[in-house]
Amino acid sequence: MAEDATRIATEARDRVRFEEEALALADQVYRVARHLSNSREDAEELVQETYARAFRSWRSYTPGTNLRAWLLRILTNLNIDRGRRSQRAPQTQALEANDYYLYDKLAADSGGGQPADEERVVERLSQDDIVSALATVPHDFRDVIVLVDIGDFSYQDAAQILDIPIGTVMSRLHRGRRILKRELADSVLEDVT
Amino acid sequence: MTDAAKDPCAHCEEMMQPYLDHILTEAEVVEAEAHLDECDWCRRRYRFEESLRVYVRQVVTEPMPAALKQKLAALRIPLN
Repeated sequence: MAEDATRIATEARDRVRFEEEALALADQVYRVARHLSNSREDAEELVQETYARAFRSWRSYTPGTNLRAWLLRILTNLNIDRGRRSQRAPQTQALEANDYYLYDKLAADSGGGQPADEERVVERLSQDDIVSALATVPHDFRDVIVLVDIGDFSYQDAAQILDIPIGTVMSRLHRGRRILKRELADSVLEDVT
Repeated sequence: MTDAAKDPCAHCEEMMQPYLDHILTEAEVVEAEAHLDECDWCRRRYRFEESLRVYVRQVVTEPMPAALKQKLAALRIPLN
């Protein structure tokens, strides 16, 4: 009997520790969820479903492994299951440009001269420009950008979360950034005209 | 003639993302840096890319709504 009581107490302690560690990561999970889903409302719902599932299945988490990646794996699976991914911009129509394209457009926009300070050039892009450009990147590419460039996950983690090979993470990341820059360049040109 | 010899700036552009991601080989890093040392045009574009990455990350980050934090805490399974 005493052994049972000890076992129950140990399990309760482990579960509370798990829940607290998971909740401490909620800001980071939300940051990624916000740009994987279509709207703020979807993101909030998705994060809640993720935590509800995580709390129920906490025993399948191996302590000492990457809890943030484990939570994101649940989240991305739920996102795909519920069909919440944006369907716009089919991949065949994704336009990408060369890596220097955006800078060249912004530099041309400033009158053709060499801009003095590259750090200031980016500030010509508004928050709205960036958020809406990111939303138009097809989801296969966007998922990787959001995980690696915004969520700060390693290629390895992103590969596990999305269940794709690491080489695919890298190629989608590189193409995705080019698509994003192309979208940004287009939005800057629209602002001018 | 290699691509790099034909158009060193186009080759440098190709190396930009892997360079900033730190996934180039040592020899490729030396090659990229040798070009960047003498090419202000490419150097500006590399600096811009670095700033862009930081900037994108900053502007897309929205704080989690406080109400959501409370809802998540409420999902915890009560101790019996």
